[in-house]
Formats: sequence, C-alpha cells, structure tokens
Amino acid sequence: MDFTIAAIITIVGLTTPILLAGLGELVVEKSGVLNLGVEGLMLVGAISGFGVTVFTFNPWAGVLGAAVGGALASLIFAVLVLQLNSNQVATGLALTIFGTGVSSLIGVNFTGRIVAPFGSIFPDALARDPFWKLFFGYSPIVYFAIIMVFVVGWFLKRTRAGLILRAVGENDLSAHSIGYSVIRVRYMAIAFGGAMAGIGGAYFSLVITPMWAEKMTAGRGWIALALVVFAGWRTGRLLAGAYFFGILMALELYAKAAGFSFLPSQFWAAMPYAMTVVALAIISSRGTAGASAPACLGKPFTPST
Amino acid sequence: MRYKLEKRREPSMAMLVITPVASVIVTMLVGILAFDALGVDGWAAVRDIFLTPLLASHKWQDVAVKAAPLVIIALGLSVGNRAQVWNIGAEGQYVIGALAAAGVGLAFGQAGGFFVILAMIAAGCLGGALWALIPAVLRTRFSVNEVLSSLMLTYVSLQVLGYLVGGPWKDPNGRNFPATAPLPEGQMLPALDGSTIHLGIVVALILPFAFWLLMSRSTFGYQVRVVGSSPHAARHGGFDAKQTIWATMLIGGAMAGLAGSLELTGALHKVDLGFASGYGFTAIIVAFLGRLNPFGCLLAGIVLAVTSVGGQLAKTTVHIPDSTAGIFQAMMLFLILASDILIRYRIAKRA
Amino acid sequence: MTARLELKGITKRFPGVLANDRVGFAVQPGEIHALLGENGAGKSTLVKMIYGIMQPDEGQILWNGAPLQVANPKAARKLGIGMVFQHFSLFDALTVLENIALGMDAAIPARALEAKIRAVMTQYGLMLDPSRVVSTLSVGERQRIEIVRALLLNPKLLIMDEPTSVLTPQEVEQLFIVLRKLAAEGCSILYISHKLHEIKALCDTATILRGGKLVDTCDPKVETSRSMAEKMIGGSLKDIKRDGRSLGAPKLVVQGLSLPADGPFGTALRDISFSVRAGEIFGVAGVAGNGQNALLLALSGEEPTARAAVTVNGTQVGHMTARDRRGQGVSSVPEERNGHAAVPVFTLADNAILTARDRLGMVNRGLLDAKAARTYAGEVIEAFSVKATGPGAMAESLSGGNLQKYIMGREILQKPQVLVVSQPTWGVDAGAAAAIHQALVDLAAEGSAIVVISQDLDELLALCDTLAVINGGRLSAPMAVADAKIDEIGLLMGGIHGETAHAV
Repeated sequence: MDFTIAAIITIVGLTTPILLAGLGELVVEKSGVLNLGVEGLMLVGAISGFGVTVFTFNPWAGVLGAAVGGALASLIFAVLVLQLNSNQVATGLALTIFGTGVSSLIGVNFTGRIVAPFGSIFPDALARDPFWKLFFGYSPIVYFAIIMVFVVGWFLKRTRAGLILRAVGENDLSAHSIGYSVIRVRYMAIAFGGAMAGIGGAYFSLVITPMWAEKMTAGRGWIALALVVFAGWRTGRLLAGAYFFGILMALELYAKAAGFSFLPSQFWAAMPYAMTVVALAIISSRGTAGASAPACLGKPFTPST
Repeated sequence: MRYKLEKRREPSMAMLVITPVASVIVTMLVGILAFDALGVDGWAAVRDIFLTPLLASHKWQDVAVKAAPLVIIALGLSVGNRAQVWNIGAEGQYVIGALAAAGVGLAFGQAGGFFVILAMIAAGCLGGALWALIPAVLRTRFSVNEVLSSLMLTYVSLQVLGYLVGGPWKDPNGRNFPATAPLPEGQMLPALDGSTIHLGIVVALILPFAFWLLMSRSTFGYQVRVVGSSPHAARHGGFDAKQTIWATMLIGGAMAGLAGSLELTGALHKVDLGFASGYGFTAIIVAFLGRLNPFGCLLAGIVLAVTSVGGQLAKTTVHIPDSTAGIFQAMMLFLILASDILIRYRIAKRA
Repeated sequence: MTARLELKGITKRFPGVLANDRVGFAVQPGEIHALLGENGAGKSTLVKMIYGIMQPDEGQILWNGAPLQVANPKAARKLGIGMVFQHFSLFDALTVLENIALGMDAAIPARALEAKIRAVMTQYGLMLDPSRVVSTLSVGERQRIEIVRALLLNPKLLIMDEPTSVLTPQEVEQLFIVLRKLAAEGCSILYISHKLHEIKALCDTATILRGGKLVDTCDPKVETSRSMAEKMIGGSLKDIKRDGRSLGAPKLVVQGLSLPADGPFGTALRDISFSVRAGEIFGVAGVAGNGQNALLLALSGEEPTARAAVTVNGTQVGHMTARDRRGQGVSSVPEERNGHAAVPVFTLADNAILTARDRLGMVNRGLLDAKAARTYAGEVIEAFSVKATGPGAMAESLSGGNLQKYIMGREILQKPQVLVVSQPTWGVDAGAAAAIHQALVDLAAEGSAIVVISQDLDELLALCDTLAVINGGRLSAPMAVADAKIDEIGLLMGGIHGETAHAV
C-alpha cells in the first residue's frame, strides 16, 4: 500500500511537466501553429522560475516568472513565424537551441544554489499523512495542471474565443475573410503555450530537484510534443496520455527496485523515448489522429491583401 | 513613413547570398552591445569568439577538426531539408555510426590498415543510415512525424552508447572508466605530421563538390527539389514521394554516420560518454546558414566551428561560459530564418 | 431616391497591375445589380473593397448618400452589407451552427442562434441541419450556409461572388427564387458573374468591367448575350474552328475503373467505363467535388489503378505510374496550375523537365540536360504565344492564363496519344481560353484522344463531341453533344446530391 501510494505520487510528479507543456502546445497547434521549441521554452521557464524564486524567496512569484519567461521567449518564435513567415519547423528548432543556450548562460550564476521545494500548501496533517498525502501532498503546480486540463477543454469547446481559435487553425484564410485577426489569435496562442511550457519547466527547478542544472528537462519538451499528437488534439486524451508517459518514466526509477535489474539501467532510461516512438506509430497509423489535426497546422498564413 | 513587404517577381539571388553574411555580422554587433550591457567587454568577447580562431594560425587546425563533421553532417541534412524531410536526429545517427565503426574495429582486434579503416568507415555510414531508416519507415508506413521520431531515437542512441562503453565494450585497462580502449595505431586515419589534421578533413572538402553535382545536375537532385517545394507536382511528374523520403533520410543518416566514424578514426580514437558533443544539432544550423547549398554548408561549417573554438577561448580570456557560443549560434539561425523573407519580398515604402 | 450604394472613382493598384481604374456606379434599394466581367477584370477586388477586406487607393464609397470608409468586414456587416464568397469562407471540421456563429459579430447563445437560423431557413426555403459537420455537406448545401449566415444579419446589400459556378442548373433556379424574394423585400443585391444568360434572367442592371475599367452600365433585359459578351471581352467573339476532324478507332478505353476515396473528405470512383476514339473530344461534366480530381489522377497514373482499368492503344496501362504512362503517350493537365501542373518556384525550363524529361531526352545517365530543357521551354513559349520573359522566368511570375497556355503547350507539343485536361480555362481570360480551346481541337484533329473535365457546361457543349456527367464518383452513360438536353444534364449533375437528399 505504502509502495503504491509512493509510486502514484512519483507518477503524478513526472506527469505534471509534460501535461502542462502539452496543454500549452495543444492550444498553439489548435490555432494552426507548430512550435517545436517546447524543450527550449521549458528550460527558459526552469531557469527564470528558479532565478525569481532565489531573489524573492517566493515560489509563487517564481512560477509567475517562469510563465512570463516562457511567454517572452515564445514571442521571438511568434514574430519570426507570424510576421516574417519563417519556416515553423526550423524556427522551433532554433528556439530550442536558443532556450538551451540562454538558460545555461543565465544558469551559471545559479549553479549550486538551492531553494526550498515548492511543496504542498495543505496542513501537514493532510500533506504528510501516509494516506491523505495521495490527495494533498502535491505542489500547487500539480493541481493547477489538472485544473487547466478542464479549463482548456472548456475554453476550446464551449467559449466563443475557443471557437475562433479553432476556426483560425482550421482555415486561416476563411477566418481572415470573415474578419478575424489570424495573426493576433496566433500570437496569443503562442504566448499561452510559452507560459505553460515555462511553468512545466519550473516544475523541474522548483519542485523536483529544487535546484538548477543545465538541460535539466532532459527531452521532456519533445515528449510533450509527441503527447499532443498522441492525444489527437483532445484535452481528455492528453491527460490520459500524459499519465501513460508518466508511468513509463516511473518505470525507469522503479525498475531496479522491482527486481528488473537483469536488464541494464540504460534500457529503462531509453524506454520512455522508445515507447513514445512506438505510441506515435500506433496512433498515427490508425489515421484517426491525422483527421483531427488542425488543417492549417504548420503552414504559413499568406493572405492576398 | 511606414514600410510594407512587396512580393518580388523573381527570388533575389543577391539576398540569398547577402542574408547569411549579414546574419553573422548582425549577430556579432548584437553580441558586442549585449555583453557591454551585461558588464562584460563585448568587443573582446566577440573578437575571441568570431575572429581570433581565424587570425591565430595555431587555432586553424582546431577549427578544421571541428568543421569537418559539421560540414559532412550538414551536407546530408540539407538534402533532406530540400525535400521538406526534417531529420533532426543526426546526433543519434552520428553516435550509432561511430559505435558501428568502433564495433568493426573491435572485431578486427589489433589488426589495422587501409581495408580495416575502410570497413570501419563503411560500417559507420551503414550504421547511421540504418538508424535513420527507422524514422523513414515510420513516416512512410505509419505517417509518424520524423521530427519527433528521429529526435526520440537520439535519446535512445545515447543510452545505447552508455550501455556499450560502460559494459561490453569497456576498456579492460581503463581503470573502470566508461570508455572503449583507444584504437590501435593501424585503425587511425592518417594525419598530417605533428598536427591533428586528419584525412576526414579532406573528405569534408571534397564532398561539397559531389553534393553539388547530385543536387544541381542530377535527376535525383531535381526530384528532391520538386518533392520539397510541390509534392503534388512531384506526383504529377512521376516522382515517388516515399522513395524520396527514404533516400534523403538514408543520405542524411549515412553522412552523420560517416562523420561519426571519421571522428572516431581521425580525431578522438575512442568512444566515451562525451563522444556526442552536439555536432548533429549544430549541423542543422550549418545547413540553414549555408542556405542548403553544398558550398554554403562548407563555409557555414567553418563559421560555426570558429564560434565553437572561439567559445572555448573566450571562456578563459573574458570568463564567459561556453554556452555563450550556443546563444550566438542560435541567434545566427534566428536571423537567417527571419531574413528568408527578403529573398522573395522586398521592403517598399507604403503609398 | 438615394442610391443604397454608390461608388465614385474607385482605384486600386497592385504591384504591376491596376486592378480598378476609376470605377463608379450606383446600386438602388431592392435592385439586383450584376457586376459582369472576365476573370481578372477586377470584380473581386472591387467587392472586397466594398466589404472592407481591402481599402481603395483612391475614390469614394457612398452608403445611402453618405461617404464612408469600410475599415474591415465587421464594419461592413454592421452597416448591413453581407457577402457570399466564391471560395466559401467555411470551416470543414466545424458544424453548420459553429460556422454560422463565427459569422456573427456578437456572441449569441447556441440555442437562440439555432432558433434564428431555423426561422430564416423556413422563411427562404433554405434547408440545413445545424448540427452537421460541414465536410459532409454538398457544395450547394455549403453555399446555403453562407447565405443563411449573411441573411441573419438582415442585410441591406448582399454581395454574391460567382454564386452559381458550383451549382447544378436546378440549384441555380432555387437560388434565384431566394434572391428575387430578398430583392422584393428591399434588399439590394450585387451579383458578380460572367454567365450572361443568368444575368439576363435575374438582374435589373448590369455594370460591365474590363481590365479594371468600367465599360458600360446597361439593362441586361434589353441587351443580347452576344452584345454583353463583346463588351466584356472588348472585341468580337471568335468561334472554335472544329471542321476537318474524323473519328477513328478507340484510343483510350476505361473499363470498370474504381478508386478508393483519398482521405475522409475525398470522393471514391465507382465502376467508371467509357472509351474515347482517335480525334474525339470527350467531356466530363459535373459539380465540383464529385470525383473529378480522382478521375484525373486515375487516368494520369498519379493514383495507380487496376491493370485492366485503363487501356491505351490496346495496351493495358492501369498499373503503370504517371511516368510509365507518359511513356505510353498519356499526358495530363490537372486543374491546379500552381503546385500541381507546375512548380511555382521553378523556372519554365525546369518545369519542362517535370513532364517532358523522358519523352524528349532531357536526361543523360542520371544527369539533366539543362540546355535541352531551355530549348524546349522556348519552343513552347513561341508556339503558344506565352507572355513571359523567357525560359528562365519563374512559373509563379506568369499570369494564370499565360501559365495555363505554357502548361497546355508543354503537353501538346509532346504529341500525346491521349490528353486528359481538367478545367482547361479556369481563371483564364477569353483570349487565352480561345487559344487553348483551339489547341485542343487541333490536337484532336491530328488523331489524339482528348478528355476534358470541366464544371463549365457551356465550355463542354462548345468543345466536345461526347459528354458524360460525373456524380458521386459514378459516370453517366455518354451522350452525343449534338442531342444533349440541358435539363437532363442538370438532373444528372444533381444526382444523389439532389435538392432534398440531405435536407431536414
């Protein structure tokens, strides 16, 4: 029982960053933009969240800083892609390279420093209770991520703004001819995606380790991208998919303890990445995912006027 | 006065050449200003990163050794990018190529000579190509986005490397350090006396000509360009898109594998955990900065190698972290992508 | 009486083109006013300025007598200007209701909106199911969404841009009933078209544009179709010279051709059979989206088919790729010029390599013969009087008509045994269209078999010897054009997408 609870808590922790980044990217992609820079944005979020927390001693400010940092970095991408019609794939890669470099450069001043982990805000009686910690023992970021699944789902399905965002991603030229500002909608979507990836990155530097290390997101941004495809651009499936990947990642941690040591540790470390490829193959080959991809995904918007 | 973009009747050849050069220069200028603002001697930093490696002759061999893998990988990637095939897993293909070469070398034991080295390099090309074949198959059979799959496989390849050099291939005389044993003399590429200039650098100088012939003069190059710019037109012309994806991925993987095996036999002479040093990712920048042109890749490879060498230099001279070079490299890529639009549009005054 | 809308000296320039040159006319309340002109005459640009998508460089727009600037489509709608686009501004993956909601400027609760939609639909006899996803609707139904969307705003002026180009003759009649009813209620209608018989049947006034300039404002009921056509084209009409042709043995035989749908929104081909004789021009009529694209791909070899499904000169070629079929003398010209028939960012010479490299020996041991390609491109430019700076011109720098002439020339000069063309004169000016029609007839006279797929029934009736109608991926029995009846063709075009098939 104790082991199960500990395992669930580990899985929730591993799931949260990719869930946040995946939700952000889902909104970006629904607006018709493919931002491959999630990994870089997460790193920018990780360092800006950590830096702000070091200076303010306030992890809430740190999370806000991570969101702002991620959003600002994503705006570089937005200007290039939306204003200058640059290739989205290449620009996203550039953003990842940039985010990696910038976070390392800023991070030099923070290496070796630690902050208090941004843990549960519930009373210890709940947060440290052997059983109730299962519900109350998490960082506020965890609850935020789960709430955001429903907020984003509601926004896309039920609100007029969400309808406009989907319309822009389905047919940008039509949206333009009816009179919606495609560029403005996409700017906002990209900034939202950047902020969410930033918070996802901050989960590493404020909750998991609480310290800064270069490239500490270790490719989770890419898994978040795969997650969006895996989820078929639907929020409910995104949540399920995030937990699927979370369990895979937890396997690496628990493999040895569970007596799987007949296989080398590298096998388990490679597992989430290899399984991502397998999962993508299964989902993509079914064809249903392809049909639900926003029709304008990755294509530049070029109105004739 | 406001300005607007106006479509050109014909793409500007001048802009095609000017913009990469301008990107490098603007990056230098921004670097000077940014570092001055941060309280570092900006001019010294930019000088050490961009110019010193070029001006100091004792740095030239370092630049050449770093440029060779960048150029070779970028040549392969630029073929794929022309076809809109986004192989960003060259780092993994480079690693697998090096491991394949190392494996063949180990199989030959202490034996060496021309044919052994050739077998190692061939194995490197094959290993890289096969590793790239996985995303190619996934893309054509299961329509899996190759960006994600090739990148995921890079992480897998790093674990493969970690397993092999820490386990079965570990040097028994290496004090338990996770690395292969150094190659025997006979398995090393010939190098110029008293320098680190090895034969792989010559390969990197010759290959651009071969790629130019392939891309600009052959039917295959035409096919790649048509598939990349208009897939429907390619089908109309009777070109097979799947076959093109396979071919370009295989070329990209083979070149990355080649670079890995040349790096092993020519420069590093063993595989350890630090073998994957990011050439596969930097080469993506090289390909774009070189405008996907073979000779452009050669020049851009040298520029990026200069900044890598210069980054190390600036670390000791002006005490800035070596990740600074990475930021400069990303900035060059941003600028080149941002200025792409000037090839097809001109800036005109608004009426 | 003050005019509802008046334009004075409207001018709009694009790089290298004067799209509208001091155009002025007035539309009265309740009037159905035709805006008539060829493709490229400047009609679409003009209405885009009225609807606020573009701004005029010079001139004035008066609305009920007061000068006005239409900043954007939202402002236009606020004034009571509605527009139904030629290329629908719809979202395939969304429902009818969502599409209509997007066209409203204020958020209306879904239930209230649905009630309003149903009211408008009953009032004008426009039936639609609000919960259907657009991608499952026929083209005629999609247009209805646009019309309902415009009507919900109680427009004072409704702009219809080429509304009938995608409708069956019966659907056109239905549309006209709605438009007449609207006009009777006092709504002005600006009706853009180049179809003269429709304008004579529907409109009170016609304004004719040519090359961006106003040619005439006239009463279409008084004018003849021919006189309006000549004003539109700016010269006298040329007839196609089609004598001196004799039909030979069957050259292209299609037998039981089926092809699965390409993607969820595609149309499958079902058991299509027909044959075309040497010297014969065979027309395929039909409303857009009924399998025309798939048919072209199946005939050209871009989509492989069953071996026996396509036979050319007695050889079964159904299993062959596009390249191998070209080797057998099958050429094709798809509907989409930029990006399908030609690579926009390639030169004309490089575009010659695309389809002529094997037949004309432009490849030597895997290497391309750039000189041969340039020479051939030059020959095509010369023979088809393509206006271009030369073989080195980018395909995308040519006007639609000139690029089409180049592409037709590229295929015709290869002397194909079989030529399959789709929408040969789509978006092409009258001069170029006449040249293309003549070239097709001349090729047939030399003994080639030609298939023309077109949505323009007038074009097919003028050009073809035999005609069949494609609907829902099935081809009707062929009929000789000489005995074809428009009503019958119209019913065939309607087919299973008939007026009430999907209605609620």
